[in-house]
Amino acid sequence: MCTTCGCGNHEVLIEGRRVPKRPVHGALSYRTHAAPAAHTHMVEPAQSRIIQVERDILAKNDAFAADNRAFFAERNILALNLVSSPGSGKTTLLVRTIEAHRGQATMAVIEGDQQTDNDAERIRATGVPAIQINTGKGCHLDAGMVGHALQRLTLPEASLLFIENVGNLVCPAAFDLGEAAKVVVLSVTEGEDKPLKYPDMFRAARLMLLNKCDLLPYLNFDVAQAIAYARRVNPDIEIIQLSASSGVGMDDWLAWLARAQQAVTVA
Amino acid sequence: MHEMSLAESVLQIIEESARTQNFQRVRTVVLEIGALSAVEPDAMRFCFDAVTRGSMAEGALLEIIEMPGEGRCMACGMAVAMQEQYGLCPECGSPRLQIVAGNQMRVKDLEVE
Repeated sequence: MCTTCGCGNHEVLIEGRRVPKRPVHGALSYRTHAAPAAHTHMVEPAQSRIIQVERDILAKNDAFAADNRAFFAERNILALNLVSSPGSGKTTLLVRTIEAHRGQATMAVIEGDQQTDNDAERIRATGVPAIQINTGKGCHLDAGMVGHALQRLTLPEASLLFIENVGNLVCPAAFDLGEAAKVVVLSVTEGEDKPLKYPDMFRAARLMLLNKCDLLPYLNFDVAQAIAYARRVNPDIEIIQLSASSGVGMDDWLAWLARAQQAVTVA
Repeated sequence: MHEMSLAESVLQIIEESARTQNFQRVRTVVLEIGALSAVEPDAMRFCFDAVTRGSMAEGALLEIIEMPGEGRCMACGMAVAMQEQYGLCPECGSPRLQIVAGNQMRVKDLEVE
């Protein structure tokens, strides 16, 4: 089983089909050597030995992520990893972003969900290509899955690729996909202390989008407190308040995208 | 429950080591898990047992060495012990703490036969 990238026995589907087994990553190597002294053990004392492995558990994922990052760099593609809890409005945000940003960039979307291709269908309805990854029992996308999805996408030079991760504020934080930045979406219908409860994710993100701000008059959500909590966890995090539904704040987000794309092209 | 995929990665590292180092069974697996990493040791133990069933590491003892978190204050340079991913510098109060140790998730070594 190709565990890191989800091939083999996993139930990962891309566009409803099982992914082919991916060869073992070639760039990986690690130091192993037997310890000089034999370790004693109650049973079969002569045959036991210690092997020093000294290898990161995420090494394989990180190698696939490096492949993806190189793929993006060669083509001046800006790849963003959108993360949030379920129901924060990521897909609606993407649909509205695509509608508003059309003409500024060629866009594509990789959708991650445990089941269904509902989100990819919503994206395709805008005319933008979308690849659906179903993680089965998996709680996050990993770099291998994204690598497989990239093989099925035609991405022209200087495209903008949105990777919508599985709705989950915990697990996706640990898995680099090769993106330029993680963008965390927090909606005002959630608690303002989410950054403190899930610090890994907010620490890993470059930008926080505070979504559904049109609902603020009907809620007790404390915007200043939410921003203070986010900055306590990540003093450098950028924050944009918006509503994908009403459109308020969308210009700030589109300007951020344009700047990020420019940075990729110049680099 | 990303510990499940991390445990699968551990098993994969074991199986790759078995090919290059020529062993058939694993008795002990030693992991270094940082206090600031994304791993809950108890969840890791549970997932390791589930994932290694039927493999060369079935029944192996999982030793987890928990590594303390350390940071450096970007404002005043003070070395700061960190129990979680964020905090305030006890010297100057700045929240700008850079993690310098304790976020690792590593397979350290294996006892094999």
